[in-house]
Amino acid sequence: MGNFGQKIDKFIEIFLEQNGYVKVLEGLQNTLLIAVAGLIIGILIGTLIATVRVIPKYKMFPRILNGFCSFYVGLFRGTPMVVQLLVFYYVLLPIMGLKTTGVQVSMLVFGLNSGAYISEIMRSGIQSVDSGQLEAGRAVGLSFGTSMCKIVIPQAVKNILPTLGNEFISLIKETSVVSFVGAADLYVAFSYIGSNSYEFMVPYLVMALIYILIVLLISLGIKLLERRFSKSDRRN
Amino acid sequence: MIDVIDLKKNYGGHEVLKGINVTINRGDIVVVLGPSGSGKSTFLRCLNCMEDPSSGKVVFNGVDIADMSVNINIHRRRMGMVFQHFNLFNNKTVVQNIMMAPVYVQCQELRRAKRSNMRTLLLNLFRGASKKVPLEEISVSKKQIIAQARKQALDLLKRIGLEDKADVYPSTLSGGQKQRVAIIRSMAMNPDVILFDEPTSALDPEMVGEVLDLMKALALEGMTMIIVTHEMGFAKEVANRILFMDDGVILESAPPEEFFSHPKHPRLKDFLSKVLSIE
Repeated sequence: MGNFGQKIDKFIEIFLEQNGYVKVLEGLQNTLLIAVAGLIIGILIGTLIATVRVIPKYKMFPRILNGFCSFYVGLFRGTPMVVQLLVFYYVLLPIMGLKTTGVQVSMLVFGLNSGAYISEIMRSGIQSVDSGQLEAGRAVGLSFGTSMCKIVIPQAVKNILPTLGNEFISLIKETSVVSFVGAADLYVAFSYIGSNSYEFMVPYLVMALIYILIVLLISLGIKLLERRFSKSDRRN
Repeated sequence: MIDVIDLKKNYGGHEVLKGINVTINRGDIVVVLGPSGSGKSTFLRCLNCMEDPSSGKVVFNGVDIADMSVNINIHRRRMGMVFQHFNLFNNKTVVQNIMMAPVYVQCQELRRAKRSNMRTLLLNLFRGASKKVPLEEISVSKKQIIAQARKQALDLLKRIGLEDKADVYPSTLSGGQKQRVAIIRSMAMNPDVILFDEPTSALDPEMVGEVLDLMKALALEGMTMIIVTHEMGFAKEVANRILFMDDGVILESAPPEEFFSHPKHPRLKDFLSKVLSIE
């Protein structure tokens, strides 16, 4: 460990003078972009699927819809994220004739993938809300959709906020596989620094620290959100 | 006002309602009594199609609302419902609970008018000067709707003496307060009838009185009410007709004096002897 100081000096040199910091900032931006876009798309898809799954199924149409949603969830939970990335980037999108960058594909796949997981989280959240809430909404003449959006889902989200935070954190961490489709995330940035200096110890250490920092910040944000959401509990 | 014709309800193979025929007129206060599992609550919930009837008709203001093709939401607005477990919206404050339905309905109407105006405006571009279609008049803004609904909600709250609780969440209210708020929430749409599903069964004995008092006041104002309850005293005092249900059918329908003093059906005699000996 005697030359640890030397290694740090080398890292700082590349970081500051050979445009290392540009790469890192770019990587950080891509990582956050992919995770946030994935979460947003995931929440939208997940909420939609969860709602479909709790619709009463007397009629044909909801049943077909429900079957499709089960298939979707099975598909995206049953294959690894890397495989999905590769299939979308090298198979599906080229067949459809779309030209996309690695970052765009990653945002899409992360959204579709987390949609499958969030749908299950959201469903348990919706089922944790007393069924009387939906009934009361219907009884005053609101439609199923409105009762769901205005009454049930806000309460469900409050209940699942910690789990949703978990999902976001794991999305952030999983972004480290997007280099498979050529997207430059944090990992790519620090590999670049490492291979330029033939020295990987410090870059990867810093990378780990940055991941931890991001995750800690997110946990803090979720805690604050939870506090805000809990104002309808018995507190005031 | 409500005509129930041969109403049946099955759950799987189990028949809960076996053909109910009853007519409820404007201003009636009908109390439904009966042992547990007799189908009282199911009957009440079929009236506003919270449970879809398996067969039969529920004709409300001339429309068969048991028909699945009818937009049930419009008719439910004319038909309030009060639940055993209050079911106030936990994520809304008390006043928002009451305003919810009126604001939603009026805003929906406003959006519809605006959309149709946009369409007319667009089509008018292609019409000759003499053929232009006039726009619908929009007299209120969303803000006015909300302000007006809030005022109405506060008036209703004042009536039950809870105006100081307007901006708190339901979780801070006592059971009796919650149920009274639930009752005025169902009144906010000026319904033709209010259905009560065991409104006092989940309350402390101490709080039953305040809820029954509010219901009595409503009855005196001429509100049509259908009440499933176990409060015999209340039934005797307020109802103008009592239905006795057992095993999915109405066995007896009579004014309260006759119901309690001259019961005809042996099952009702048996029921009354058991219930009244406790009181």
